[in-house]
This record gives sequence, C-alpha cells and structure tokens, in this order.
Amino acid sequence: MNTKNIIFYVALLVLTAIAPFLFPDFRTQLATLWLMIVVAMTWDMTGGQMGYNSLGNILFYGTGMYVAAVISIGMVHDVGAYTDAGRLELMTFTERQYFVGAIVGIIGAGLFCSVTAIVVGYVTFGLRGPYFAIGTLGVAIAAGELVSNWGWIGGGQGISLPVYPGNFDVGKLFFYYLFAGTGVVLFMFLKWLYSTRFGAAINAIRDDEEKAEAMGIHTMRYKLTTWAMAAFFVGIVGGISGFQLIHFEPLETAYQTTNLGIFMVVCVLLGGKGTLWGPVIGAILFHFIKEVTWNYFLGWQWVALGALIVVTVVYFQDGVMGWLAHRKPQSPRL
Amino acid sequence: MNAIIEVQDVSKSYGGVVANKRVSMTVQAGGITGLIGPNGSGKTTLFNSIVGYHPIDSGSIKFEGREISKMPVQSIARLGLIRTFQQTRIYAAMDCTQNMLISLPHRKMKFLDAFSKHGESDHAKAERLLEFVGLYEKRFLNAGSLSFGQQKLLEFAMALMNEPTGLLLDEPTAGINPTLINGLIDRLKRANREFGITLFIIEHNMRVIMNMADKIYCLAHGEMLAQGTPQEIQNDQRVVDAYLGTH
Repeated sequence: MNTKNIIFYVALLVLTAIAPFLFPDFRTQLATLWLMIVVAMTWDMTGGQMGYNSLGNILFYGTGMYVAAVISIGMVHDVGAYTDAGRLELMTFTERQYFVGAIVGIIGAGLFCSVTAIVVGYVTFGLRGPYFAIGTLGVAIAAGELVSNWGWIGGGQGISLPVYPGNFDVGKLFFYYLFAGTGVVLFMFLKWLYSTRFGAAINAIRDDEEKAEAMGIHTMRYKLTTWAMAAFFVGIVGGISGFQLIHFEPLETAYQTTNLGIFMVVCVLLGGKGTLWGPVIGAILFHFIKEVTWNYFLGWQWVALGALIVVTVVYFQDGVMGWLAHRKPQSPRL
Repeated sequence: MNAIIEVQDVSKSYGGVVANKRVSMTVQAGGITGLIGPNGSGKTTLFNSIVGYHPIDSGSIKFEGREISKMPVQSIARLGLIRTFQQTRIYAAMDCTQNMLISLPHRKMKFLDAFSKHGESDHAKAERLLEFVGLYEKRFLNAGSLSFGQQKLLEFAMALMNEPTGLLLDEPTAGINPTLINGLIDRLKRANREFGITLFIIEHNMRVIMNMADKIYCLAHGEMLAQGTPQEIQNDQRVVDAYLGTH
C-alpha cells in the first residue's frame, strides 16, 4: 500500500466515524446504509467471487435476528413465557442484561449462521447456476414459513425486544457504530482474503469449477468455508437489526426474501460483481435511489425499483466497476 | 519399471453405445505411453474413466496400486493423477500467472495454508514453468486472449505446476501450429525426463506419438486392438486397417 492509498483509507475511516455527527438527522439512514453495504459485500463473496448466485442469503439475516433475540432473552427469562401472546406479567431487562445479551446474542447469531450455512451448503452446493439460486431461495422461504409457525419464538407475530436503555439519540449512534464497525471489519477482512490463495481458489471455482476439481482443489471445502464466512457477517447484522428494530416478525422483517434478499443482489450488480469496491458503491447508489423514490414517488416506488432491477440486469450487468474497468482497461482492478 | 496405472477389463457404455469393452492396459511408471485409435474409438471415454469423470460399468482401475474406479475427480487429482482437456480449460478471465498460481498442488497444502499469500517461490516457479513452455512474455495477458495453441501450452504448464506423478494429456498437439509441435514434443519429453512425470497421451498425430511413446495402445470400436512399441504398432496390419476403415 502506498501513501496515497493509506491517506484514502484513513480519510474514509474518519468520514465513517464522524458521519452521524455531520448528518445527525440521518443516523438511522446511515446505519441502514451500512447494513446494505455488509449484505452486498457478503453476497458478492459467493455470487461475485465464487460464481454461486444465492437468492437465499436472507436466510442468515432472519436467522441471525432470531438467534440473537432468543439468546439475549433466554439469558434472562424463559423464552416461551416471554413470547407468549397472552402474557400479562411484565418482563424487563436491566441495562447490563441488555448489553451483555445483545453482544452475546449477536456473536452467537453469527456463529449459528455459519453452521447453518455449512449444513444448507452441503446440500445446495450440489446445484449449479440458476438451480442453486432457486434452491437457496426455496430454503430461505421455507425457513421463514417454519419460523412463523413456531410458537415458542413468537410465531407469526414475531418478537419484541427491549428498547435501548438510555438516551434515544445515543441509541441511534450505538446501532450506527455496530453496523459501521461490522462493515469496516468485513471490508478489511475481504481485502485481505481476496489477496490470499483462498481468494484465488474461489475465483478458480467461479471461472471453471470442473477444471478446479480436475486440478485437485477441495472445491466443496472452499465453497462451504466461503458461505460460512459470509453467513457469519450476515448473521451479525441480522442480530443487530433485531435490536435496532425492537420488534420484528418472520415474513416481512426477518426473512424478507422479496425485499432485502433481492436488494443485496441488485446492489452488487449495480456496483460490479466480483470486485472489492463494487458492492460498496452499489449499496450506496442503490440505497440512495431507493430512499429518493420512496420519498418522492411514493406509490410508484416498487415500479421504479423494478425498472432499476430490469435495467441493471439487462443493460448494466458489469456494474459501475465493470464500466470503469471497460473505460480504463489499464487501471488495476480495485 | 512398475505399473503406475493398471486398467483391468473396464467396460463403459452410454445407453446402447458401448464406448469401452473389456479394455485392459497398463501405464509404466516413468515412461511415456500413447493411446491412439480412430475417431470415436473410445479413447477419451477411457481417459474419463481413469480420472473419475464418470462411473465405469465394470472392471478395475488402479493408480499406484490403489483402486480408484469409485473415487471422484478431486480425490484422484489429489493422489497426483492430473489430466488436461481436449478442449482446453483454463481460467479465461485471469492472467497467465494467476492461472499458474491457482494450479499449485493443493494436496500438498494444509487447509490453513490457503489463508497465506502466494510466496516468492510460488511466483518464481510459475514464471519458470511459463518460460519452459514459452509463454513468459505473455504472463500478464489474460489467458482468454491467448490463441488456442497457446492456451494448450498454458494448460500443460498448469498441469506441471501441480507436480503430478501421472499426467494424462488429451491430444496435446491438436490445434497447435505445426512448427510449434516439435517444440512441444521436446517439452513433453523433458517434462517426463527432468520432472519425472509419467505421461499417458492420446494423440492423433502419428508422427508425434511415434516419436515420443515407448509403448502404444490402439483402440478401435471400444476394444483394445493392438499394443506394442511404436515399430510394432506401425507394422501392425490391424492398426492400419482400423485407420483406413477396412476394419
């Protein structure tokens, strides 16, 4: 890394740190932006770098949300009693219980999702191309339906978590820094990972999996490890989201296959598949476009979003990074 | 010399088409063995059976004394038996050096080694082998932009990078400029002699295979028609008939 790069990254880091103070009215928006960046980057790990387009990564978001909530509740109360719809008793959390529960729950969510990815991946990685996409989508939808019928964790009405103890505005900052911190760690992790032999091996799987097999690369092991790492980070942000949202339910919030589950794919396509910066740029662009349409074209927002998806998929497949690489072929790929 | 690959009574059919019928043969360790036969005689099927691309109907295939006929492709590759493809397979979107680095022998790596970067010695080895096949000047070019012949050379270099014990080559000279063929023959011989890699080669070009192999097998209609030294094969009337179509 040369000095110019270091200055660039330090400046970005400083901007990340002070952004909620520069735009105090947009703290939750910025937190959501980091959520989009994280899910886009994790989607690109399998979709862009390894050539496995999953439509079911939302599985880890929803599962992370539930696991974090159940762990943090279970550390203090009986989960079944807490989620009981007819509950009259007041169940509270002390400040200490809230933070310990949140931290343990969120990390536990990440780990649980990694294991889930290995189990689900062991079955679905036998599928290729569109079959993998549909297969993973099916798993995510099925998981949402299962959870919404599981009374112990609240069934269809979901779970309500305790509100952030303390100042409401500090709470917004707390969640912003949790999301942003996860995003920064993930970015640095991927920047390193893609420069190792591991990165080369998953690129080989993307470019020609049969050849990679014929050369003795442990393809299944790489695929499972990659997805498990991606699922870890998605589980973490899922867990954080649960605490940020306070209340969530299975189909529209946790396992939101048609919203966030698709948004993350569009972010990556918009920014450029298989690049380190593509998902980041794509997520920023997408989130901006999405919020503008939601604000100024209300009623037409889904149409606008659909049009954006169609245009991206049909005319702009290489995304911003691909377009830049095309215009300046000599410049090294970021 | 002992046998490194032993094929015993292997049969394989696709639906009603019998591609291999009770084929038996051996590849001697350290040598160059050739496999010839008219189009559609079952050569590539036999290759695919050996490296595990499809299950065989009956028979036995051993590599270094170990039964491999039920093993999947990756496991066989990890034993040190590598093949190249008739239609070359390279990672087209990456440059030649990256193609080489990916081909490092993963069987000699521990899982955690994957999380280290490619070292100086890996790069040096990649460049040495690219020079060996004459692609050093192209090392930063995308593999997909190379000509078909150059891609074949790259695939050969990638196979060498993998340090196999046995290397199965499916028509290594097909599509290569005739003036380059002599260079390729020389390199294949050197790979065999200097790197100690046992070669098993499917080849249509008689001049090439007669020049290189110390033993040749000839398939026709899925059956082993003849075997012997290049001289014996050249003088075998059945082989000549098979190629001229009187068989």
